[in-house]
Amino acid sequence: MTSTKKTAISRRSTLGLLGGAALAPAVLPGLSGFAQAQSSAPIKIGFQLHRTGIGAAYGRWYERTSNAAVARINEMGGINGRPVELVIEDDGTDPKRGAEVVEKFATQHECDIGFGTLFSHVVYGSAPRAGELKLPYFVCSEGHHVASGALNRYVLQPGITDVKSQVQAMAPFVADNLGKKVTMIFPDFAFGHDHRDFFSEAIEAQGGEVVAKIAIPPTETSFTKYFPQIPRETEVIYHVMVGPAVLTFVKEMGEFFGPSRPEIFGFIDSLEAVDLSSPGLEFLEGTYFWEGNPRYAQADQSDHDKAYRAAIGIDDNGASLTDSADVSTYAHMFSCWETLNVIKRGMETAGYQGPADRVKLIEAIEDMTDMAHSDDHPQGAKLFNGKTHQVFGHQYISQVEEGRLNVKHTTAIEDGFYEDEVDYTAQSF
Amino acid sequence: MEFGPHLMLAALEGAITAAILALTAVGLSLTFGVMRVVNVAHGEFFMLGAVAAWFISTTIGGHPAWGFIAAVVLAPLIIGLLAASADWLVLKRLDYDPERTIVATIGLLYIIQQGALIGFGPNAQPVEPPFSHRIALPWFEWTEAGFEMYYPWGLSTNSYKLFIIFAAAMLLLGLWLIMTRTKVGLVMRATQQDRDMATAFGIPVERIYALTFGLGAALAALGAVLIVPVQQAYYLMGHDPLLLSFIVVIIGGLGSLRGTVLAALLIGMSDGIISVFFSPTLAKIIATLLVAMVLVFRPQGLFGKGVH
Amino acid sequence: MSDISRIHLLHAAMVVALVICWFVLPVYHAGNLARIMVFAIYAMGYNLLFGYTGLLSLGHALFFGAGMYGLGLAMHLGGVFAGPGILAGLITALVVSGVVGFLALRTSGVAFMIVTLMFAQAGYLTVLLFGTYTRGDEGFVLPQATRALMGIDLSDAQNRYFAALILFGIVLFFIGWLVRTPFGRCLVAIRENEERARMLGYDITRHKLIAVILSGTISGLSGAAYCLLFGSAQAAFAAVPYSIFPLLYVLLGGMGTTIGPFVGTLFMFYLIDWSGGNMMVAGVVLVALALFAPTGILGEIRRRFTPWLP
Repeated sequence: MTSTKKTAISRRSTLGLLGGAALAPAVLPGLSGFAQAQSSAPIKIGFQLHRTGIGAAYGRWYERTSNAAVARINEMGGINGRPVELVIEDDGTDPKRGAEVVEKFATQHECDIGFGTLFSHVVYGSAPRAGELKLPYFVCSEGHHVASGALNRYVLQPGITDVKSQVQAMAPFVADNLGKKVTMIFPDFAFGHDHRDFFSEAIEAQGGEVVAKIAIPPTETSFTKYFPQIPRETEVIYHVMVGPAVLTFVKEMGEFFGPSRPEIFGFIDSLEAVDLSSPGLEFLEGTYFWEGNPRYAQADQSDHDKAYRAAIGIDDNGASLTDSADVSTYAHMFSCWETLNVIKRGMETAGYQGPADRVKLIEAIEDMTDMAHSDDHPQGAKLFNGKTHQVFGHQYISQVEEGRLNVKHTTAIEDGFYEDEVDYTAQSF
Repeated sequence: MEFGPHLMLAALEGAITAAILALTAVGLSLTFGVMRVVNVAHGEFFMLGAVAAWFISTTIGGHPAWGFIAAVVLAPLIIGLLAASADWLVLKRLDYDPERTIVATIGLLYIIQQGALIGFGPNAQPVEPPFSHRIALPWFEWTEAGFEMYYPWGLSTNSYKLFIIFAAAMLLLGLWLIMTRTKVGLVMRATQQDRDMATAFGIPVERIYALTFGLGAALAALGAVLIVPVQQAYYLMGHDPLLLSFIVVIIGGLGSLRGTVLAALLIGMSDGIISVFFSPTLAKIIATLLVAMVLVFRPQGLFGKGVH
Repeated sequence: MSDISRIHLLHAAMVVALVICWFVLPVYHAGNLARIMVFAIYAMGYNLLFGYTGLLSLGHALFFGAGMYGLGLAMHLGGVFAGPGILAGLITALVVSGVVGFLALRTSGVAFMIVTLMFAQAGYLTVLLFGTYTRGDEGFVLPQATRALMGIDLSDAQNRYFAALILFGIVLFFIGWLVRTPFGRCLVAIRENEERARMLGYDITRHKLIAVILSGTISGLSGAAYCLLFGSAQAAFAAVPYSIFPLLYVLLGGMGTTIGPFVGTLFMFYLIDWSGGNMMVAGVVLVALALFAPTGILGEIRRRFTPWLP
């Protein structure tokens, strides 16, 4: 289908060229032929994918989402009339391989840009190479790394809000509706520490306090022994876990509390790609979750979300259409879809032709601000901060009711604002 | 939570770790004792056991107990056969040279792991326990009114978790009976003591080796089948059991089954109990260094005679 | 030609070939080669202990990590320049390997493997424990501007390549020299027959300890170089897989040979690159090596064609 369209375009332009054949070669020697070749060559987007390693459960959904997004872009005529091609390389969720993959994109595949990284240690491993190779590098990681100023001008995160903003937006809801004395349970690595630090600060601003911070080593597989550290006075448990043991964690937490649990507020990361009807999760009934994007289609579902689900092949419960037990990473993977659409818009604004225009592309995206709720941005409206290279958006707080997540509160974009920590636009390219 | 109940809970959790660890490590110890080789792929057989349990129980469907029973029987059998054929195809051809075997089993580790990723996928998959009831546990307190029993907040366990401890103990007892009371056990012990002499007496050493390797893997798989209703099947789950089994086998004295079980208890329980006193990651570091120090100052292990 | 001049010639030819490579290889492969040289230093360090002394460690990621964080933290938090940074990396690795060597050498065989593995695991967890400074798994990046030595920008592709080559060359010649000294020959004697070496009156423990320290420090140099040249540090580099990699490189290339580690690193890199990052290939290669070429690529070459190979 795409190819017929492409042929039509090139035929028309060929006709145009033929029309001006008498004049053009004389005036613009050599140029016409080159422009012709250039215009039909695909725009190559290097996709750094966690196909193996600990990120693989997310990776497969990032891959499906990105493929769907690119198919849609191509159906709509590609970018600047050129088709888009995803060049996929597995990084094994490893920072060393990640850097190698970025190098591969830039110097072997001759990709126009790099895209798609989720795990922040891979982002940290790869970002310096992207900067040195002057390859625009779009991450979909929700880490605070971009906005913290630690990276460089070639790294952007325009598709998903960072963890600092997410956490900060949650605090008022937790303090107003669930309780002021919070015990936090989080993995003992950087992502968990971000939650710990940013949430502690935010809840104190709401007049609450964190009464205990329980950091779980990332290799842990059983959790019951840590739960007694939860102080009795705790009103709310705030949990965020990642990795393969998340289900064990949530199950054991339920078993620990039995019938007398405090309020529980979790980041859906603790159950991303896990079926809520898994045995042992019944106790979650009535608890709350942050969701980056509501997994279950809501009563007021937008047409944009409908179209987005259909494009990837996801049902109203956030699972694969072909296998209802295959639950997606719905709260995060929209970032691939939206990032690709931002790239498209950026390239169109910049009149992007090839690697020589990379700087123009970054400048075009830095100039962006509002992103309307649309088929391009099915998760919701967003506001991009060109200085910090970070986007800000709505967050969803859902409650488990009869085994599904129903949105109870949507935060305003401003709830996640914080002071700029960097101005990348002041850095040289 | 008060100190007493906290300690009790940690000890209970430690006992579960110890039970599974004992089964897994005894498997490793068996291959080491009889064959004098270190099987680095041991943790992958553990993982395959969990994956097989998931596969069997989802295929059978119905009440989870049926799937569980089928998995307990079939998973170790399948994994055991797989391991025995790996022995036949690879290790035998290396003539059980210790270093080459380590290299080959590291290779097997990657092959099995990536194979599982392709066949089973990257998601952690839950298996429903055959039964599961929350059991609140009582605690005693000395008050002015005398000795009092009460149910502290959060102090509880689960009937299936208790079953794990019981089942592992029974299985280890069974294994001990096999090793000491049956002809197969006798032959295996004979091979362990002196391979050449065993060959001279007409014992088919190669077949015994394949059997031992298979049995070792089957024990790991069995441990995984028992624990998977509490945890999940995941393609990278073999890493920790391998590391811990290694430690247990060395601390227990290489090749000594009794020592291995004792060491599993020690390591499993201390993993639980150290976590009461220190922050989790620090507890892990301390536990790891303790093990290293035990080995440094008692290289022959706590309960055994050294081989090197 | 005598064996010694052949060996010098071989090493010199290799360095010259690597210099030429920069000018003839496509950008992508030249970039890879810079990486490969840095990791070949790691493999050479590992080879000194495993290939020459016969001690199989499963914990060298600790030394690699010590070098990486020694330099990384000194520059990232301490704000020192690259030169003192490298020194900090080397000293850290030296101290860590000295302590680990002192303790771990009380054991041997499988127990030595486990003890080194345990120390490395503790080291990895320590990086996580001090997440406030190390940023744990996520790690940190060194700003491009700070990655310069004597005014030379090491983030530039060509400078990086030659910096890696200089370090690689130094280590290659050092090890080529070391293994021919009486000290080096004693290490080989320990590998071949420890009891006999002891009987001959050598202080085995001292030799082994020095071997661990040299091996650990060279591994640390590689970690520091990686951090400086590629600009980032993560806890993953101190985790178990990075203890397995040098073992793999050395076995593939040929243990106990001077250029084997480089050859092994090169082959492994391209095998994984060619297979799209799939570790299954690594597995198959390892099994095949154990079955068909237990002495590795150079071991086979030496056996068949060039018995003088160092």
